[in-house]
This record gives sequence, structure tokens and C-alpha cells, in this order.
Amino acid sequence: MKPKFAMYWASSCGGCEIAVLNTHEKILDVDANFDVAFWPVAMDAKYKDVEAMEDKSILLTLFNGGIRNDENEEIANLLRQKSQILVAFGSCATEGCIPGMANFSPSHEIVETAFHTLSTENPNSIYPQTSYKMPEGTIYIPTINSRVKTLVDVVPVDYFMPGCPPESHQISAVLDLVIAVVKGEAELPPKGAVIGVGNSTVCDECDRERDVKKIREFTRAHLVGALDPNLCLLEQGIPCNGSATRSGCDARCPTAGAQCIGCYGPAPGVIDYGARLISSFASVVDSNDPDEIERILDGIPDPAGQFYRFSLAGSLLKGAREAV
Amino acid sequence: MNTPKERIGVYICHCGTNISAVVDVEDVAQWAANKLEHKGVVIARDHKFMCSSLGQELVENDIKELGLTRVVVAACSPHLHEKTFRTACERAGLNPYLCELVSIREQVSWVHSDKVVATQKSKAIVSSGVERLIYHEALEQLSVPINPATLVVGGGIAGIQATLELADAGSPVYLVEREPSIGGHMAQFDKTFPTLDCSACILTPKMVDVGIHPNITLLTWAEVEQVNGYVGNFDVTVRQKARKVITDLCTGCGICIEKCPKNVLDDIYEVGMNYRKAVYTPFPQAVPNYPVMDLDNCIYFDTGKCKACEKFCPTNAIDFEQEDEMLKFQVGNIILATGFDLFDARKMSNYGYGRLENVFNSLEFERMCNASGPTEGEIVLRDGVTTPKAVGIIHCVGSRDKSHNAYCSSICCMQSLKFAHLVEERTGAHVYNFYIDIRTPGKGYDEFYNRIVEEGTHFVRGKVAEVTNAARQPDEKKKLIIQVEDTLIGKQRRIPVDMVILSAGLEPRHDAKEVAKLFGISCSADGWYIEKHPKLDPVATMTDGVYIAGCVQGPKDIPASIAQGAAAAARVQGKIQQGEMLMEPIRASIIEEQCSGCRICNDLCPYNAILYHDATMTSEINAALCQGCGTCIAACPAGAVIGTSYSNEQVLAQIEGLLMDVSV
Repeated sequence: MKPKFAMYWASSCGGCEIAVLNTHEKILDVDANFDVAFWPVAMDAKYKDVEAMEDKSILLTLFNGGIRNDENEEIANLLRQKSQILVAFGSCATEGCIPGMANFSPSHEIVETAFHTLSTENPNSIYPQTSYKMPEGTIYIPTINSRVKTLVDVVPVDYFMPGCPPESHQISAVLDLVIAVVKGEAELPPKGAVIGVGNSTVCDECDRERDVKKIREFTRAHLVGALDPNLCLLEQGIPCNGSATRSGCDARCPTAGAQCIGCYGPAPGVIDYGARLISSFASVVDSNDPDEIERILDGIPDPAGQFYRFSLAGSLLKGAREAV
Repeated sequence: MNTPKERIGVYICHCGTNISAVVDVEDVAQWAANKLEHKGVVIARDHKFMCSSLGQELVENDIKELGLTRVVVAACSPHLHEKTFRTACERAGLNPYLCELVSIREQVSWVHSDKVVATQKSKAIVSSGVERLIYHEALEQLSVPINPATLVVGGGIAGIQATLELADAGSPVYLVEREPSIGGHMAQFDKTFPTLDCSACILTPKMVDVGIHPNITLLTWAEVEQVNGYVGNFDVTVRQKARKVITDLCTGCGICIEKCPKNVLDDIYEVGMNYRKAVYTPFPQAVPNYPVMDLDNCIYFDTGKCKACEKFCPTNAIDFEQEDEMLKFQVGNIILATGFDLFDARKMSNYGYGRLENVFNSLEFERMCNASGPTEGEIVLRDGVTTPKAVGIIHCVGSRDKSHNAYCSSICCMQSLKFAHLVEERTGAHVYNFYIDIRTPGKGYDEFYNRIVEEGTHFVRGKVAEVTNAARQPDEKKKLIIQVEDTLIGKQRRIPVDMVILSAGLEPRHDAKEVAKLFGISCSADGWYIEKHPKLDPVATMTDGVYIAGCVQGPKDIPASIAQGAAAAARVQGKIQQGEMLMEPIRASIIEEQCSGCRICNDLCPYNAILYHDATMTSEINAALCQGCGTCIAACPAGAVIGTSYSNEQVLAQIEGLLMDVSV
């Protein structure tokens, strides 16, 4: 009997599933080596089917998406119980990703924004209710949590695989490894490891030439007439996050002339990705004049998005906090 | 629960009543013993004075008898007693870096009054110390040999004193001065307060000593270009500007100066009051006495014709082809004595300096009083002949003034009193001193003030509003009128005078910040160099091996500058005597595998300790150069730079400890 495979999407966009399918014929290896037990995006399945499985009966679960509501959290617990290897798959599950940026606002404000702003047509001020009494009985929809959590915030996680989404070649490599382990040909990495990545930063995989950094201006790629195709983007004033970001993506964005926005998460030595980058960029701002520094920093119009686009929910502060 | 790995002793100091008056010290000790037991705390004690020998013995005995492997002392700032307790631990056989001093005096008792809150905060701070300490490593100090040579920068009186002290003690000294001669501001003065002895008479013997001393390499007309290395082993590069005079041949006879046809306004030594030649020594007693050529004004360099100096030089010492030379040498220590600039009185346009011709600044007046100055000591108006009948001396120009410099320039009161005396003595004019407060705290200074009062100088207490030549009354015609509120009589006054002297304040050198960066030390917001401790270590800086003396540290008079010069020399000589020194092992290092060579850190190190390897595309830190400041650690985006004693684990543990719920 083939070992069981599961993949789940919690609060996510579906890009991670596409990335898995984007492994092309590798997906056939998955089918050849695993019995796909649960994968809501690809096949019909009911939670009760999973509940009925024996504990630890799923060998590998790729869990993508952050924990936005109580349903996400319930399934995280369920899959933890049923899986031998639980992988936080993709940026949302590992550090919250784009949905995690909602942690800059309290959840009631988010609902308010969605159902009652100028751009919303809601003449009767109808808001979603978590439960509703119908003649047939009460029905429920999931309750939104006060903030987005990462998978490891709610259950123990065996491995972390960052990326928004993880690169397909990295996914293939991980699948190959697990298949080899099943066949007794390889060993799993130590628990808690970050997998499907390199061991340093995006700069390590970037071919652009680099020199000593002195930043006199931050700008945006589309505002610059012609970028030097060979020179480090940061030295050209483009706030590229590559220097703090985990390698593993082959530096695809900076190679193509777009700044790294950090989807592969923090490099191995980095604890709070945003804080580290802020400290780092600030260190090379080449001025001692407060007004001039202010002007240079104004070149980053959205610091929260620049530095915490992917990592807010998994950061040290995990979101905006009310001042005490 | 896991058994804790370490055996930790916690010691809470009362600091007399400094701490215990606000913090319940016994409660903190008891709490630590109970609530931090699971972290490994095996003993927690309090003591009246932990820094006393009894307090230290307490720690030593516990290390020996209880087998402590870590020690936390909660007392004053680590600045004061970290070394004391580290040494105590070392005596008891524990690595000194396994001791952590946390401050509950400066950070708690001195800044809080609520005893309950202060006690809770002390507990949190003790908890943070314990948490952090668990991650400490045993470290060894690095020993480095000390080069016995010293670089002294600046040949004013402070630099001269430091140089002579060291040279007389037998140590080689390089004295670098950017002007053609040493002497500094003191060489411009006529008389010194309060004794009124002749400035040149007491200064020039010292200058001559510097010039002939076998242990001194005197480099004038030279500037330090680059400093690398660290205490004991600095590599220095000095630019010897081309004098266009071969010093080995020059006898200092002065014929070239005499024959030079070009007169140039001397705006340095003579502060624009007199002329010099294009080839010149700034003054007759200059040391060294060979001249320099001012290329901007030399007729030959301008038109290709002249060479009068070369024609008449009896020893063929003129060399028009001479180029700047880069001199490289090594020193163990550096003393910075680069002095001050005079506040530019033009910034206070209401006093008319630069606009009203008979308004003088203090240095101009000093030159005027000097027997070898532009008027040969005659005190006259700008026309060079008229003796003033009334003179106003304004104190605090640019000092004690929020619009300019908030600080007191320290010397202006005494200088202004000296001026009053000289005017009175040489011209018999009426003298008015306009002051905010009279500050005469030095030895013999207040006596000098009383003497000037008795001589008949008028003292007007008030900040002068304006100096103007716009007469309102007949007796004000062709006069300078000083408009002032006399705060002692509570009236506005207009006092007509012939001459106004502005006692301008002292400012940091215009290039003080760049020079500070060159030597890796820090400036205050004003631009004065910061001493290691304002009371206990006034001539050292936070950079090991770099000392400061004289006005570079802040405004001061001649006796204080000389005392600092001597003090800095004594500190350096002490280091030289040791032969080698131990350096703190707090260092940063780069984890090579995690370094992607982004080069963000490369230009940030104040000690130039970071080098970049092109081949491996990684950066590396030279441990001997690193001073453990942490700049690169904060800057590294990859977290690839780690600092001993300040690792992520340590800092996060410390925060964790601080956030512990201490209310239970």
C-alpha cells in the first residue's frame, strides 16, 4: 500500500497548489509513489473522511496558507494529528505572507473596510454573521481570528518550506527526497529544518556586480529611465531585499531587473526580517543631515510593505500593537 | 523541568542608600533566590557595598564554596564596576566574562521614586541579567605589543607639552602640525592672564626644545592623511606638503623672505592685520625656522617669472620642483591636540564686525598688542595712528547664546579683563566691559578681576544689543555706539566709544568632524571631542590608544591645556611602559557561509577592520582591529555578523528576562 499524501490550503491564494502542479511530470511521481488522501483543491474530499483516518496515517502533508480563522486552526490541528510529516508549505504557512499584513489592523477594521467603504455597495449594511438560524437549524461560517497566525503558532511543525510560492524545482527536489526516504534510500533532515532553500541569501545567487554601499536615494525601478543591467540594484537606489532573504529562488527577480521583495523569507541568521532590513538599509544611508536622511527615506513610500510584506505575522511583534 | 545547566550567584548591592532608599533590596534578593531557582540561581544575597572588599569576598567565597559557574551583580553601571567584579571572579578562578553587572542604580533607583515599581523593575533587570548570562561564553583577552612611538597631532601648547613630556621620558614622538611653525594660538598672544607674563617668553623655549630634541620628529606644514590599525599598532600616513625649500640645505637666514617681492595678507597668524611674503615663516621665532612657499601667491608659479628667492639663496635650498611627500610610519598611541577656531563674529551682524572698521575680534586685538605685531604693540584704531579714548569690550560673543553656541567659552572673561588692563595701561582710555556674568574661577583669577576693577574699568552687566555708528546725539558723532540694557540699574544705555573689541568664543575646528572620523573617535553635538569619562578619564577617548588634550576637548585656558597635554603624555607613557596590553575580547566575526558579500558592512567600520575578499565574495573582520562596537552586526542584513557577548540568543534572552512577570 502506498503512503498517503495530503495538501491543504488555509488562508492562501492557491498559488502554492499551482506551484506543485507546475512541477509538470513530477506530479506523476507523486501519484506513482503516494496515495493522495486529501487535497481539496485537486480532488473532492470531506473533513469527516480525514477525521475518520487513523492518527499518523498520512505520511506527508504540505500545509499552505496562514491561520486566519477557526476553521484553518481546526484543520491544522486535525492534519497534525493525522500526519507523520507536517510541512509548513509556502510563505503564508511559514510567516503569514500577504494575508498576514492584515495584522497591521484590528480584525473589526478589516471587516469594516470590506463591507462598508466608499467602494463597497452595501446599502442595507449587511455584515457577515458567524452563525444564522434557519428553519432547518443553525448554520455557521468560520470565525475570523484577531490576527493571522502562522502554522507553527498553532501546531508543532516538522519542516518549513518558504516561498511565495516555493519554486517548482525546489518542490521537485523535496518530493524526490521524500520518495527516496520512503524507499529507504535517504534520510530526512533534522526536525525543524527549513527545506527547499539555499543556505545564504539571494545575493549569493545574484550575478550583479556589487561594491561598497552608499545610498543617497531610494527610488523605484519604473521611475528610473534605464537601470544598469550589471550593477547591484540596491546600489542603484532600488530597495532590493535580497541581502536579507533566503536563497533558493535563483535570484529570479533581481536577475530580471526587479527588486527582491523577500518572498523566500529570512536568511538563516535573521530573526526579524523587517527589523533587520530596516537597520541594514539605515546603516548605508549616506548622510548625517536629518533633513537629507528624511528625504532619502521618503524614497520608500510604504515601509511596512517594503520590509514586512511577507513576514509580519511571523515577526517578533507579529503585527501592530496598541501603544500602552 | 530540566535541571539548570549553570550554578548562578546573584548579588544585590545597597550602594549605601543610593539603591536601598528606593529599591527593597532584600526583597529583590529573596525573590531571585526563589523565582529564578529554575534558571540556575543557587544563591542570592544583598550587601551594603558590593564593591567593597567584603562584598567582593562574598562573591569569591561563593564561587569557591558553592561552585558557582556564573555571577550576576545588580549594582551601578558596568561603566564603573564591571571590572571590579570581573576581577573578583577571576581571583576565585572563574572566567571574568562569566560575570554580568546589571544596573539598578542609574537605571532604577536614581530615576524612580515609587518603591514598589522600582523594586519590580529591579527584579526584571536581575531576571534579564540571569537569562542573558546563561549564554555567556568564557572569553580570553587578546594581548598586543605596544609600539613605543607616539603621534601627536597639533603643535599648539597642549601638543608641545605632550610631545616634550614623552620625548623627555625617552619615547620617540612624531609631532605633526599643519601650519609652517608650531606654537599655535599661544604664539599669537602678547600677554597671558592673570600674571601678564609675556606669552612668547614662556612659549618659545619649549618650541626650541621641540625643534632640537633627539626623540622628536617634527613634521610641520604636514597633515595626517590616513590612520589604520589599533592601539599599540597604528599605521599612519602623513602628507608632507611641499615647502619648495630643501630643509637639509636651508639655514633659516631669511634672505629669500627679504628678497621676495610679493606681499600677501596673512590671514592665519596675523589674522588679516598684516602682510607676509609669498615665501615666509609666520613669525621670527618660528620652529622650524625654514620657510614655506605659498604657491597660490608666488609670482613664479603664477607667471613663470621671478625666482628671486632662488637667485639670492646662499645655500641653493630653493627647489621649485619639490612635490608633496607621503610619509608612512607606525605608532602605538595618538594624542590629538588640534585646538580651536575662533567664533566668526560676522555671524552676529548686530555687533558690526567686518562692517564697522573699528570693531576688532579678540585675536586681532591680541596681534595688535603684540610687540612684533602689525602695530608693534600700539593700541590704535584701524587707521593705524589714532589712539582710542574710549574702548568697549564685549564678553560672550558667540558663547552662552542659543543662536550660536550654548556653552561658556571659559577663557573670554579673563581675556577681556586682560584686554581692559592693556588698553588702560597703554592708552589711558576709558574702558567699558560688557558682561553677562564674570567667571573667574582659576587660581589668581578673581584677584586679577579685582585688580582690573580697581584700575577703573567700567563694568556694565548686560548683553549688548547692538554696536552702531548711527549717531543720535552730537557726542555720538563719529563714534561707535554700544546699545545695552544695563541690568544692574535697569536702564537702556548708549555708550559712545572709539573702539570695540569682541571677545569671541572658541569653536571646534571647522574640520573637527572629519578629523574625528579619521581617528575613529566621537564628537559632541557641538563638535568638541568626547573624553572617555568627563571626570575620571578626561584625556582618553572611547577609542583605545587615542587621547585628547587641550581645546580639542572643550574650551580651556593655557594652564588647563598644558595640564591635559602632560596628562595625556603620562597616560601614553604608562601604556608604553607596559610593553604590551590586553584588549577586551568583545569582537564581531562573520560566519563565512552566511555572508553573501553584499558589502553593506564594508564602509561602516569605524576601525577599518572589515575587508572584502573578491575571490570568495565574502567579507571578513580582522579580530585585532575590531573594537566590538557592533555597527556591522546591526547592519548585516543576513545576520551573518555575530558579536561575542551580544549574540542574538543573549539579546533575546535578555529581553525575555525583562518581560518576565515579576509581580508574582
